[in-house]
Amino acid sequence: MSDVAPAVRLRGIGKRFPGVIANDDINIDVARGTIHAIVGENGAGKSTLMKILYGVQAPDSGTIDIAGTQVSLGSPADAIKHGVGMVFQHFQLADNFTVLENVVLGAEKLHGIGSAAREEIVRISDAYGLGVEPDQLVEDLGVGARQRVEILKVLYRGAKVIILDEPTAVLVPQEVDELFGNLRELKAEGLSVIFISHKLDEVLSIADEITVIRRGTTVATVDPAGTTSRELAELMVGSELPSPSTEASTVTERVTLHVADLGLPGENRPLLEAVSFDIHAGEVLGIAGVEGNGQAELVEAIMGMRPGATGTVRLAGQDLTELSTRKRREAGIGYIPEDRHRHGLLLDAPLWENRVLGHQTRKPWVRRGLIDRGASRTDTQRIVEDYDVRTPGVDTLARALSGGNQQKLIVGREMSGDPILLIAAHPTRGVDVGAQAAIWGHIKEARRQGLAVLLISADLDELIGLSDRIEVILRGRLVGSFDPGQVTPEQLGSAMTGAGGAA
Amino acid sequence: MTNLDPRLQKIGLGLLAPVLALVLAFLITSLVLVLAGDPVGEVWSTLLGVPAERNVANILNNATVLYLSGLAVAVGFRMNLFNIGVDGQYRVAAFVAAVVAGEAWLPGAANTVLAILAAMLAGAAWAGIAGVLRAKRGVSEVISTIMLNFIATGLVAYFLRRVAVREEGSNDIGTKEIPEGSRIPGFQIGEGSTTEVYGFIFLAALAGFTYWFLLNRTRFGFDLRATGKSTTAAVASGISVTRMTIVAMLLSGAVAGLVGLPLLFGDSYSYGSTFQSGLGFAGIAIALLGRNHPIGIAIGALLFAYLDEQSNPLQILVGVSPDIVAITQGVIVLTVVISYEVVRRYGVRLEQHAVARALEAGRPTAGDKEEEARA
Amino acid sequence: MSAVTRRLPRLWWLGAAVLVLLAISVLRVVTGAEDLASSGTVRATLIALVPIMLAGLGGLWSERAGVVNIGLEGMMVLGTYGAGYFGYHYGAWAGVAGALLMGAIGGLIHATATVVFGVDHIISGVAINIIAVGAVQYLASLTFVGLPGGGQTQSPKLDNVGSITIGPLSDALGEVEDQNIFFVSELAAVARAMVTNLSLLVVLAFVLLFVTYWVLWRTSFGLRLRSTGESPSAAESLGVAVLRYKFVAVLISGALAGLAGGFLAMVASSNYRDGQTGGRGYIGLAAMIFGNWRPGGLLAGSGLFGYTQTLGLRQGGTSVHALLLAVAVLAIGLAGYQLWRKQVRLAVGILVAAAALITVYAAIDVVPGDFVNITPYVVTLLVLAFASQRLRMPAADGQVYRRGSAG
Repeated sequence: MSDVAPAVRLRGIGKRFPGVIANDDINIDVARGTIHAIVGENGAGKSTLMKILYGVQAPDSGTIDIAGTQVSLGSPADAIKHGVGMVFQHFQLADNFTVLENVVLGAEKLHGIGSAAREEIVRISDAYGLGVEPDQLVEDLGVGARQRVEILKVLYRGAKVIILDEPTAVLVPQEVDELFGNLRELKAEGLSVIFISHKLDEVLSIADEITVIRRGTTVATVDPAGTTSRELAELMVGSELPSPSTEASTVTERVTLHVADLGLPGENRPLLEAVSFDIHAGEVLGIAGVEGNGQAELVEAIMGMRPGATGTVRLAGQDLTELSTRKRREAGIGYIPEDRHRHGLLLDAPLWENRVLGHQTRKPWVRRGLIDRGASRTDTQRIVEDYDVRTPGVDTLARALSGGNQQKLIVGREMSGDPILLIAAHPTRGVDVGAQAAIWGHIKEARRQGLAVLLISADLDELIGLSDRIEVILRGRLVGSFDPGQVTPEQLGSAMTGAGGAA
Repeated sequence: MTNLDPRLQKIGLGLLAPVLALVLAFLITSLVLVLAGDPVGEVWSTLLGVPAERNVANILNNATVLYLSGLAVAVGFRMNLFNIGVDGQYRVAAFVAAVVAGEAWLPGAANTVLAILAAMLAGAAWAGIAGVLRAKRGVSEVISTIMLNFIATGLVAYFLRRVAVREEGSNDIGTKEIPEGSRIPGFQIGEGSTTEVYGFIFLAALAGFTYWFLLNRTRFGFDLRATGKSTTAAVASGISVTRMTIVAMLLSGAVAGLVGLPLLFGDSYSYGSTFQSGLGFAGIAIALLGRNHPIGIAIGALLFAYLDEQSNPLQILVGVSPDIVAITQGVIVLTVVISYEVVRRYGVRLEQHAVARALEAGRPTAGDKEEEARA
Repeated sequence: MSAVTRRLPRLWWLGAAVLVLLAISVLRVVTGAEDLASSGTVRATLIALVPIMLAGLGGLWSERAGVVNIGLEGMMVLGTYGAGYFGYHYGAWAGVAGALLMGAIGGLIHATATVVFGVDHIISGVAINIIAVGAVQYLASLTFVGLPGGGQTQSPKLDNVGSITIGPLSDALGEVEDQNIFFVSELAAVARAMVTNLSLLVVLAFVLLFVTYWVLWRTSFGLRLRSTGESPSAAESLGVAVLRYKFVAVLISGALAGLAGGFLAMVASSNYRDGQTGGRGYIGLAAMIFGNWRPGGLLAGSGLFGYTQTLGLRQGGTSVHALLLAVAVLAIGLAGYQLWRKQVRLAVGILVAAAALITVYAAIDVVPGDFVNITPYVVTLLVLAFASQRLRMPAADGQVYRRGSAG
């Protein structure tokens, strides 16, 4: 593509974890002065690759060339020395430190920790329009400002290559625009940006080149000018792009879940405000939205896990508003949580104990306050078979299972409690394609059985394919209702960012 | 090891860790002895000999006390709560029990039962302060129980002075003696020993059984263990973590309240300024060694009591200070934690391989397991 | 609110000290408790304050690097022995070095366990407290038995490090102190304590307090060290050798705690004795928490705890009795402030407490010593319970960090 050596050249990078291949034969060239996007599904191996490039983890095979010289990166310090900087998805900032302290940390030799450093920070901030003030405390900064501090940290160290890991996941649309403005400035200065994402529209709008990773390996590098997001998506998931599709409507007249005027106060603005909707028996209601717009709070408020929530929640006529989480579950809610490791499982407990979790008051495994291990084991075995959980046995620790199998166990458990409402938050996040198809099947089955389903997902295809109706959530409010039979991902996207008018 | 039945393998791994810890502690103690120029061989042959018959009762008595202390700590551990305050809790409880039993408002055994209940209540209340502070104000129970230990010492000393009767011919003061009918009789083992084993040992065993049953067989125990393993998952499953925190501390304190009672009802019959202190910290070591399992704790308590008893003649026989045993016990605390962690990771790896084998039919995909490799 | 504490004026501590002294002067005049601020009380307070402050400094180093150290008590115990052994054989300053060294060995164990092996910080601390007590008893019977004045539970008499006395000034200030002039006498008493028999170790302790502040907050070494306690993964992602900094911090922590023990053996008394620390390691920890993990706050905390301890020892029942009144007055002031902030219920609660205190003040003449002794612990519990939102401990304090967790 150009005569000069590429800013970064990766050849044959491989990385194995015990029993798993995370990266295999990765080949990427990043040209100088460009924005190079790397896209792939959650869990395709992008993060591992970036950790290798930043020296956090060492590759098992392959070579890394930076500006034409082969390097070995044993630690982040090595990477920094070679001009590679990284902005992590989860910001690496000390909240109780000032911006100055966060920036100079580890690079005190450059300009000290005093006024010289302060001047340099102001200079860089002004040069790239970052608007960062050195003496502010990081904890007082918003998300966008924190990200700019992260970028400034990298620039302060004189990085020529900047890696951004899922930088837009936490940003609202205006902040995304600002970020993209910053990135274009960096590019204009001759820096190279590696932009990791799974949001195809963003990638298409900002990148000069796009490399697609699937199952740990690079499958193609394409020019965004001649590519559509559909084509990218197919590259990401392979030819067999599974498309969820709902059969004939099973929606009934019976209202199962009635939510009225749900609110949740937050620190600056309400996390939820005036949220009202009904879900009928046999209906799947999909909630679309940019992450962090109140989806998690909505689910937790319905589950009774958020003290301070206002409004009414009724389940099949029963008022849940004053009830505890346990009582709500007993009333017939199945809950597939967003973060299965934190909310769905006891990782260090055997599967049969995990089967009891959330159903501690149900017969037959709990009777008169006592746990019946035999009954629980038997029922866990049933779930393992019915839901195709790949495990040596029910005494295996949940931690030892793969993500997809953990999720299938959770789905099986939640479906076994005779729920009338199933809340599924990102049910297929981070699971393999096989498990994904199975989980979609189970949700459809639940719908056929007359359950009401509340589906939260960041995957618009999943939402459109499974839902009977889609509500868009933006800054804690429902801002539009769509018929999945007619809506396009583009229309949803603009409603989610508040750009387009809602129906 | 991989072809064993998984449950057998689990037991094997469970035994491996404490054995490893004891061996390590043995080596480190030997190293200290060598450096100090003390006779290593003689020390160990004295320590690890078969206890004389007259010492067995002492060992059992000490073990009873240590067992209860370990149990109290273990209740907290099961919920990820660190009850460092067993010391203060049993001090308050023993004092309250001594006053109640000494006043003898009820006759005979009824008085005993009342005093035991009072002790459990006092211990629970004292620990409950830390529980409430943790649950409602987010105060680390480690710091608050340390503070409460010292406060207990001061308060008990003050109230002791208010209610005390001076023992004849001594400067020590104590509460009124418990009437004979309300004491818990001991029993003799063997012929050559005059020391009686505390009758309280049966109550301790009962406490151990109750602990096991409550935690492993009941829904309450399930909730408590679930909260200890993952607060977030517990909340999502409908457990009130605030309530569990307070209840767990109350329970831990109630058991702690029993710690001083074997001594009170079987030996001293009153609470005085010389009442044994410092049993709470040994409880932490024993709970760790016994891995919070009632039988494991019993073995740990017996081991510690055995070492203590066997160390007594060290000074006379080989001219080495018996305090060497405290070093061993302290080192065990460290090695036991380290070896459990090493063995745990080894176990998880074994299990993951087993899962991988079970999956061989369906090839695991790259991304699927990535997050787990990070865990 | 944390922003307020951060923007305290530079010499706030000087102003605070003057205010405290002024308050004590008023209290003396009102209640007639003459011993509240005599030069003897001030001197004894210094002696009581220093070990608490040094232990707290040890805690500060360790916890700023994210390692909770409840092994301070054990490290102090090791320090008392170190001072006893090296002080007896090689002289006073060797005793100081010995205390530092033995404490550092305790720190080494804690660092190895927590930083290298990832043992829970509390468990390791408990283990060190058990080991330390056993070790010094074992060592004492090994090394002190048979020496003149030595035995299983104590060392022979130790030399003290030097002390500073400026004779003429001391006498002159003494005269002023005796005049009983409002505030002036108190000021003279404090000054007199500074120029009369002031142990060099006391001076050293205050130098260490300042050095700690300077190193931790004014150097890049300190910045890195604190970053490992605030956000170790951020630090590692920027190339800071997190584990190395934590290790060093815990070593220094142990040495300072050891010095605290050495001070007890050499200055506060004149030989090593079994059980000499009496829980001061925990008070040091409490003082550090009270001081919000900052050196200035730590000084205030150790001052408060040292002062109550001193009053407790100097037949302080009367003095503490007088302090009750002061606390009651403070509480009324606080209630007024809360009322102004429209926190009526809180204000009423505080007023009730103040009324109770005044009742107690009127009802009794002397506060029992047991209650004086538990004051530091009660104060710390109250601070934790009611001001915990104002406390700012290092964000990653107590968490075990493993290498490679960045990102």
